Amino acid sequence: METKRTVFPNKLLPYLFVAPQLVITLVFFIWPATQAVKSSFERTDPFGFSTQFVGITHYIRLFQDPLYLNSVGRTVVFAVAVTAISMGLALLFAAAVSRLVRSSQFYTTLLVWPYAVAPVVAGILWWFLFNSSTGILPYMLRYFGVVWNANLNGTHAMILVIIAAAWKQISYNFLFFLAGMQSVPHSLTEAAAIDGAGPLKRFWTIVFPLLSPTTFFLFIVNINYVMFDTFGIIAATTNGGPNQATNILVYKVYSDGFIGLNIGSSSAQSVVLMLFVIALTFIQFRYVERRVNY
Amino acid sequence: MLKTLLAGSTAGIVLLAAAAPALAQTEINWWHSMGGELGERLVGIADDFNASQDEYVVVPSYRGEYEESMVNTIAAFRAGEQPHIVQVYEVGTGTMMAAQGAVYPVYQLMADHGSDFDPNAYLPVVTGYYTDTEGNMLSMPFNSSTPILYYNKDVFAAAGLDPETAPATWEDIESFSQAILDSGAAQCGFTMAYTATWLGTENLSALHNVPYGTLENGFGGLSSELAFNHELAVRLWDKLAEWQDAGIYAYGGTAGGADNAPKFYSGECAMYMNSSASRAGVLANADGFEVGFGMLPVFGDVAGAPQNSIIGGATLWTLAGHEDTEYEGVAEFLTYLSSAEVQAAWHQATGYLPVTLAAYELSQEQGYYDANPGSDIAIRQINLNEPTENSKGVRFGNMPQIRTVLDEEFQAVLSGDKTAQEALDSAVQRGNQILREFEAANS
Amino acid sequence: MVENRPFLGFLTHLVLIAGVIVVAFPVYVAIIAMTHTDVTLNSGAPLLPGAELISNLIAVWTFDPPGAPPFWLMVWNSTLMALIIMVGKIAISIISAYAIVYFRFPFRTLAFWIIFITLMLPVEVRIIPTYEVVANLGMLNSYAGLTIPLIASATATFLFRQFFMTIPDEMMEAARVDGAGPLKFFRDILLPLSRTNIAALCIILFIYGWVQYLWPLLVTTREEHFTLMMGVRQMAGAQEVDPQWNLIMTAVVLAMLPPVLIVIAMQRLFVKGLVETEK
Repeated sequence: METKRTVFPNKLLPYLFVAPQLVITLVFFIWPATQAVKSSFERTDPFGFSTQFVGITHYIRLFQDPLYLNSVGRTVVFAVAVTAISMGLALLFAAAVSRLVRSSQFYTTLLVWPYAVAPVVAGILWWFLFNSSTGILPYMLRYFGVVWNANLNGTHAMILVIIAAAWKQISYNFLFFLAGMQSVPHSLTEAAAIDGAGPLKRFWTIVFPLLSPTTFFLFIVNINYVMFDTFGIIAATTNGGPNQATNILVYKVYSDGFIGLNIGSSSAQSVVLMLFVIALTFIQFRYVERRVNY
Repeated sequence: MLKTLLAGSTAGIVLLAAAAPALAQTEINWWHSMGGELGERLVGIADDFNASQDEYVVVPSYRGEYEESMVNTIAAFRAGEQPHIVQVYEVGTGTMMAAQGAVYPVYQLMADHGSDFDPNAYLPVVTGYYTDTEGNMLSMPFNSSTPILYYNKDVFAAAGLDPETAPATWEDIESFSQAILDSGAAQCGFTMAYTATWLGTENLSALHNVPYGTLENGFGGLSSELAFNHELAVRLWDKLAEWQDAGIYAYGGTAGGADNAPKFYSGECAMYMNSSASRAGVLANADGFEVGFGMLPVFGDVAGAPQNSIIGGATLWTLAGHEDTEYEGVAEFLTYLSSAEVQAAWHQATGYLPVTLAAYELSQEQGYYDANPGSDIAIRQINLNEPTENSKGVRFGNMPQIRTVLDEEFQAVLSGDKTAQEALDSAVQRGNQILREFEAANS
Repeated sequence: MVENRPFLGFLTHLVLIAGVIVVAFPVYVAIIAMTHTDVTLNSGAPLLPGAELISNLIAVWTFDPPGAPPFWLMVWNSTLMALIIMVGKIAISIISAYAIVYFRFPFRTLAFWIIFITLMLPVEVRIIPTYEVVANLGMLNSYAGLTIPLIASATATFLFRQFFMTIPDEMMEAARVDGAGPLKFFRDILLPLSRTNIAALCIILFIYGWVQYLWPLLVTTREEHFTLMMGVRQMAGAQEVDPQWNLIMTAVVLAMLPPVLIVIAMQRLFVKGLVETEK
């Protein structure tokens, strides 16, 4: 992890500064998470009356399950598509808004507002838009000869959950890209303009590199969002179907644990997923961060 | 704005004032999942009970949908914060029954604390789903329903069919649908909720009196195995795939299937199978056409069919770990809840099945069924015959996962990836694995 | 902008208008749904407004089921919860990011990673043990229980860390030469520079707290702490009956008004070229 060249010398102060966050994290996250890790080695009924230690049985069973392994592949497709779409569009919108002066507030409000759609009803909005019998988009697609049926067509279902998951994140990414662009020094772009660089060239050679700390931040946060926080959207749209086509890893954790109450197996799945993403994040901090311009 | 605030604070004060004397009373917490209008009715029952006596106060609390409320209950129980009464959906029955230390069975509670509890007053088909093998009632049925058939009378008439005759067999469904398609009266014959699960395997097995699983459909113990890959299920699933291709049947998604109801309401499909509790909603939403009602279809060549249908919905479980004085209140409340007046009013207002014979008879006396055609189909359907061990209900642990497996396998049949036989065999095999996991965790 | 290019200006607006159409379309559908009856919505979502807006608004405004607290109380609880979470997250994150970037101390990297992994495993997945902790601490049915377990924020810490890394080292060196200690540097230089990022986080974190549903549902059983999303869900939570989408959508759109106020208010803090002017 990169650090500053010079630092303050105080010994006690930094501990005081990290303490509040660390205490809350340890009490309300790390401790419950260790309970989850513990139960991944146990077989227990939901109410916790009989608990027996079963070692790595749950893990072995996972890796022997072809359906679980299939879901790894689907998760990769889903993660790459959602991250690429939501970050790409957000960057485009942020670059456009930051060119404007008078109307920027107007566009920003309209682009950020949808983030406030309550997840409780986001599912029903997608249903209004995409359901096979009365949805708006299938109706339009019929003009292009596409018979939309996300209930039975796995590809359609995957497209639907990718759009829904990416949509949720566009506003978020847009806002932070925009905030990042605010701190790109004006003098640099102006100097480049005087040197005759066009807007596109200025963006790629000056703004984009200076934006790299934000991009790196969003990239990591988005990967984590896709891997851990998208089960709600899947539950509200496809329920992992049809025939497991949209059953990504975190949805399986949720449906086995929260709905199915199979605590042992779902804990083992969370642990695997966590280790995987921690490793992924670690590699990014180790190698990708070197290319970030601080 | 000021007015709202004033009104609000007055309401708050009234609320506090109402709550104040309650402190002296014994509080009984009732967790439930009834939102919207049903929730209002439920709170009404609690309020009436509270007004009828001054020793206890029942406090209902909405805890989200069934799955959420279940997780909440488990988390609360582990932390010693459980309510006295919780409403649990039928697929959670296996989990609750296995959790013997957490549950205070209703029959026992009533024996310990309620003087005039008569198990024979309850409708056997409704309570049978929730009794142990000795016939002891473990939980109190509250909102039970059974699937029935709805059809569009206007489309029937336009297709030259008798609008007063509902299809009785799958053969009727096919020929009626064909007539409807040929006449152009609708674009699709029928659609149904829970195609692969509650209707297409659980009720299919019960109506034809064939086992869904071994050991009395799981009532006999945790070592039971699934057996729904029988000839009738294979036949229906193959037919459904064939009918889908012919436009006779339209699939509306897993579980309840959000796409089903609009297909019927918009006139696209002429027939629709779903819970009897949907009756009021169907009538309200059937825009510009008349609705007919019928029983679920059976295969015409199976002797003894229809046997009787099985129920779904939720029941009230009492949880262990409270004081005796509180359980006396729980017993008193459950007795109140089962009284003919309360039951008849709940049944008539919501469309859920009455729990007691007395409530059914009271509703008859009050002329409810005459005034509301179709409202007695469900009761007649569950009472067609004395329930057998195949038609009493199904009881398996991890039932939500088993239903998911069935939905997945059914989708594979509809998309042409598997034959019905392959899919059902695979569902049995995957389901049995899930059952063994549950057995290991609960023994 | 630096130079005047009419075509580029036109293109910019075109991109943004298309973007707004795509991104805000579901909101549009919700708003349209406010103007129809439930019967219309149950057989398909229309694209054009209907005539039922006023009656739906009245129905939602006067919706007062027994068992749910008064509407104003839920709005108050949601606002309070969202504000506590927003302020709490930003406060503890900015100081921990400051410690991690501007100090060198044993276990610094470990502290960062411990904070960081809270991004993983959402509350739904580890709900039972988390509930147990909150119950053992006696925090059920309290604002503390509603907010504190959600206050740890890896996102905000990470964002501030990224931003602090971009601040030129010379600024801190200059401050130290002037005799400024770490507290003064933080207050007089870092905090003002972080304005834009704080504003963006305020928007995101307020909305995060505002739309919370499952956690408040679990930890509050007393109506004096019920939140707006719980009320909306209770209204929508229909079992085996067709939901009244017109009323639900009306409630949902009304519930989106406070977040939009935050979005508009916070944009005032989006000031260009902050780092440069202070240099």
